[in-house]
Amino acid sequence: MNLSGDIWVWVAAILTLAIMSYLYKDNPIYKFAEYLFVGVASGYYLSIYYANVMVPNLFTPVGDGVKALGGGVWTWDLWRLVALVLGLMLFSRLIPKFGWPSRWPMGLLVGAYSGLAIMGFAQGDLLAQLQDSLIPIIDKSALSAFGDASGMTNKFLAFLNVLSHPILIIGLLSTLYYFFFSQEHTGVSGKVAKVGIWFLMISFGASYGFTVMARVTLALDRLRFLFGDWLGLNIL
Amino acid sequence: MSEPTKLQKLEKIDRRWVFLVMLVAVSIPLFVSVDLPLKVTPAAQSFYDSIEALQPGDIVYYAADYDPGSKPELDPMLMATLDHLCRKDVKIVSACLWPAAPPLLEAGLNTVAVEKYGKEYGVDFVHLGFKEGKENVMVQLGKSFRDVFPQDYYGTKVEDIPLLAQKKANGEWMVDKFDDVKMIVNISAGYPGTKEWVQQVRSRYNIPIISGCTAVSAPEYYTYLRSDQLSGLLGGLSGAAEYEDLVNLPGFGIQGMAAQSLGHVAIILMILVGNILYFINSRK
Repeated sequence: MNLSGDIWVWVAAILTLAIMSYLYKDNPIYKFAEYLFVGVASGYYLSIYYANVMVPNLFTPVGDGVKALGGGVWTWDLWRLVALVLGLMLFSRLIPKFGWPSRWPMGLLVGAYSGLAIMGFAQGDLLAQLQDSLIPIIDKSALSAFGDASGMTNKFLAFLNVLSHPILIIGLLSTLYYFFFSQEHTGVSGKVAKVGIWFLMISFGASYGFTVMARVTLALDRLRFLFGDWLGLNIL
Repeated sequence: MSEPTKLQKLEKIDRRWVFLVMLVAVSIPLFVSVDLPLKVTPAAQSFYDSIEALQPGDIVYYAADYDPGSKPELDPMLMATLDHLCRKDVKIVSACLWPAAPPLLEAGLNTVAVEKYGKEYGVDFVHLGFKEGKENVMVQLGKSFRDVFPQDYYGTKVEDIPLLAQKKANGEWMVDKFDDVKMIVNISAGYPGTKEWVQQVRSRYNIPIISGCTAVSAPEYYTYLRSDQLSGLLGGLSGAAEYEDLVNLPGFGIQGMAAQSLGHVAIILMILVGNILYFINSRK
């Protein structure tokens, strides 16, 4: 064991343990670490928004525009003042009686982002995924690969590949049908909807598995830090 | 009211025992060598192939969209991709849409590009920093990098950065929009990230995108890989491990796979035991 001599490693280790202490139960040490994190993060965000957004995209170009205007030249940089005014209007919400001007920039933001999101979804998701779903039931190349495969394992993998198109089609149609509520899910339609539920459950299971992987990774990183960087134990 | 049986008590075990089991399972491979085979998936292979196909002097747009909360999963991808790009002598224009990402990207660039490969800032790579605006920024970058990023992360005007200051014979900037770069490499922890890059940029500007993402978001992105909207995908630590294996740079990704596997085994066992106890107790 070779304890770290770096004060910041100690700070990080103590804060890590403070946050992890919540796993036992809620306590003041956890609360302290939580509030400290929120405070530090707020300060950091404020500074980076100022330095990376406000200065280069507003203050500097507007300053240049004002200088140019002093020399009798109009530049489009001055249009950014409109953004500044709209941004300031958002703060009018702080005084409820005079909050109405904030609706204008808010409406602009909602409108612009809705437009982008709708376009993006239509082009990037709906059409592209629809196009990709229009596939033959049997993939001929997968079928010929199955015929050419040698050995049990390769043959089995090639067989699974042959099944990929039918599975995709059945999964797509049955899942879509599950969300078709204009007909009661009984009899044959109930069975189709049930197949849809199975596909949904499998996808939820896959998502849960990936989520577990993500959380284990976070735990592993902290354990490596505590055992290795802080306590100086010989870890692999 | 009768006393609960041992099995009934076991079914309602304190969740802190679960945490303890996970702690032990994840810690064991840190002290005991557990060698497990690693198989490269087609998704990771296509990610690798996409970078491998780049030529020296090509330019990529590197979008690091994550924060320290996703560092353990995505830092191995960041380091390995930067290493691969530098090894291929590809030039990097990098930026972030997450406010906490710039220091992480800066650390990666310094460690890999500067210290390991001796690359020169402004000539071989540039760090444009963070910009708020999410999808709007993505779309605008397709028209002009310098309109969105008039300065880099360090406050230098882009006109003074050699990589971005060159002009074509017709007076246009050589590197100023997605048409001027070969590919987008996205390291993504969520929103805004890979999904938005695909939705807003892939179809609009027809530029190849490869993504390294957190495990939580990976299932959603496999559909993009299938439809060729993504040219490669690394999902979570397992994706990072596969890629580290491909570029022959063993790091946290490969080291972490044994702990991952033991952690998963522990969870599977607990789910099985929980279900068995549920069925036994519900039949009584």
